[in-house]
Amino acid sequence: MAKKDAVIETRDLTKVYNGLVAVDRLNLRVYEGEVYGLLGPNGSGKTTTILMLLGLTEPTSGSVRVVGWDPRRYPLRVKAQVGYIPDRVGFYDDLTAWENLMYTAKLNGIPRREAYRRVDEALAWVGLSEVAHRPVRTFSRGMRQRLGVADVLIKQPRVIIMDEPTQGLDPESAREFLDLIRTLKKEGKTILLASHLLHQVQAVCDRVGLFHKGKKALEGTVEELGRQVLGTSHYVIVEVAEDAQRLAEPLRGLKHVQDVEVLDDRTLWVKSLQDVRPEVAAAVVQNGGRLLRLDVELPSLDDIYTHYFQTAGEAQE
Amino acid sequence: MTVARATRVQREGSPWTGLWAVVAKEMADHLSSTRMHILEFLIALTAIGTVYSAASAIRSVASLEPKYLFLKLFAVAQEPFPSFVDFLGFLVPLIAIALAFDAVNSEFNQHTLARVLSQPIYRDALLMGKFLAGLFTQFLIYAAIWLLIFGLGVIQLGVPPTSEEVGRALWLLVATVFYGGVWMAVALLFSVRFRQPATAALASIALWLFFTVFWGMVATSLASIIAPIRVGLPEELLAQARWQLALRRVAPGQLYAEILVAMLRPEVRSLSIVLPFQLEGALLGQPLPLSQSVLLIWPHLTGLIAATLVLFALAYIMFQRQEVRA
Repeated sequence: MAKKDAVIETRDLTKVYNGLVAVDRLNLRVYEGEVYGLLGPNGSGKTTTILMLLGLTEPTSGSVRVVGWDPRRYPLRVKAQVGYIPDRVGFYDDLTAWENLMYTAKLNGIPRREAYRRVDEALAWVGLSEVAHRPVRTFSRGMRQRLGVADVLIKQPRVIIMDEPTQGLDPESAREFLDLIRTLKKEGKTILLASHLLHQVQAVCDRVGLFHKGKKALEGTVEELGRQVLGTSHYVIVEVAEDAQRLAEPLRGLKHVQDVEVLDDRTLWVKSLQDVRPEVAAAVVQNGGRLLRLDVELPSLDDIYTHYFQTAGEAQE
Repeated sequence: MTVARATRVQREGSPWTGLWAVVAKEMADHLSSTRMHILEFLIALTAIGTVYSAASAIRSVASLEPKYLFLKLFAVAQEPFPSFVDFLGFLVPLIAIALAFDAVNSEFNQHTLARVLSQPIYRDALLMGKFLAGLFTQFLIYAAIWLLIFGLGVIQLGVPPTSEEVGRALWLLVATVFYGGVWMAVALLFSVRFRQPATAALASIALWLFFTVFWGMVATSLASIIAPIRVGLPEELLAQARWQLALRRVAPGQLYAEILVAMLRPEVRSLSIVLPFQLEGALLGQPLPLSQSVLLIWPHLTGLIAATLVLFALAYIMFQRQEVRA
């Protein structure tokens, strides 16, 4: 992606809790307009990192800049431009959605008339206008999460930070929520997403950083990570009418192809460094195969992740 | 937790940003919550009941002693009812604790703390806002009750209150708010310390019970240990009595009770131990002017305010050091 200004930048950021290193010399750069995924198992330092970005926890050492300000020294300026949706975002149950958002608007010092407008707009944007005057107590998990988005939109932030946004959502609400994230990206917001639900992160993130024990172990696009960890970035799935075994050898000879796996009599998996569908199609036809289906898949983050942590675990033992 | 370190940085921006937004929200919560409605109903009922019975008692003797009738409305008890101020002694702590025992821990439990603190405000504003909202709410409740009593008094007694009586009632109002303030600060402190609101409420009530029921006994036995009576000299008796009084005054309830006495009974000239020779030349039974009674309660009032501030400061420090993540 085009190199723009870094809106989030950390240098050797470190946090030690009671002698335990939660975040270890983290160097992170998130650029304007991108969706960055912070991935890692629970307890790998994602939430701590986020809290330090917002000035809600003091770093032990290192430096942070968010939207150009140091959150330790200018927390109010940072927090005025950065929206945060915490893990399991909570609202005052006895207040209505509208009242909850009005409180946020007041805390942001938005004048009353402007606040009315922004609250109505934000609720409409996440599709909660109809339940605006119902107490939040009656809301489902998915509705609360969307209300969380409306809540950060009130301050019209440049950056939105979300911690485990899709955790505990049913598949339908999770999909809707990911659509919301995509729309936010289109509107030019920079988004930092922390999650351990990989396939969801993969669906929306431009770049991801893999966290492991407080360190950023890997970083890049999913494609780059695949190349780094698995040595492969594309899987081409070939389905032919019969006798797949015969085609394995010619396909192996193609450029960029690393390996060919015969799954059954009709299906082949071609691992490669690029999208080699045209070449595969040509090769199959040349070798007299009758092509039924040709598909390309990126390696899933799940694979990368599992593979990486397996090797990381072995390296330690 | 590590707080102090070499790279200490000066924070920019006022810690009071957003304070009034928090106060407004918390007060709205207090004034609309069922919990407070029940307590307000209770205290209003108590006021009406005790004042009504006090008024009928006063009317029967008013022609004999027509001074400070309105103050008597607060203080006179007629069997089987105790006086209104007797009720206040335990209703005020109850209201104060109810206002604050879930102030901070409920924010944790509802997962609202991280979201609220990610708004452009400092933590100071949140805690201070909650505390001020509690004080204002108490002021509002008691002011309403005071007006109710004066209104009932005018109807029942048929005379308007004098400015002296109004002045004394106002000082009493201030003292009542800060007596509540002490217990509210205790509850706030526990709400920061304990994650479960029920634990915080029970801890506050336990402390209050300790000071109301047991502290008197503890003070008596402590005084006899510190200043034992060996031969029975008057000096020894006096020393022990002084110690006992000093220790008793550690309990906020004792301070408040003494304020009540000095404010409601203008003829009271001292709240400490008075020796016979100190009374020489005094016109016993003559009422003190308001300014002199205020001088009498000044140490008590400042004591209550100081206790409120110290307890709040403790809660404040504890809250500042707490991690946001639950």
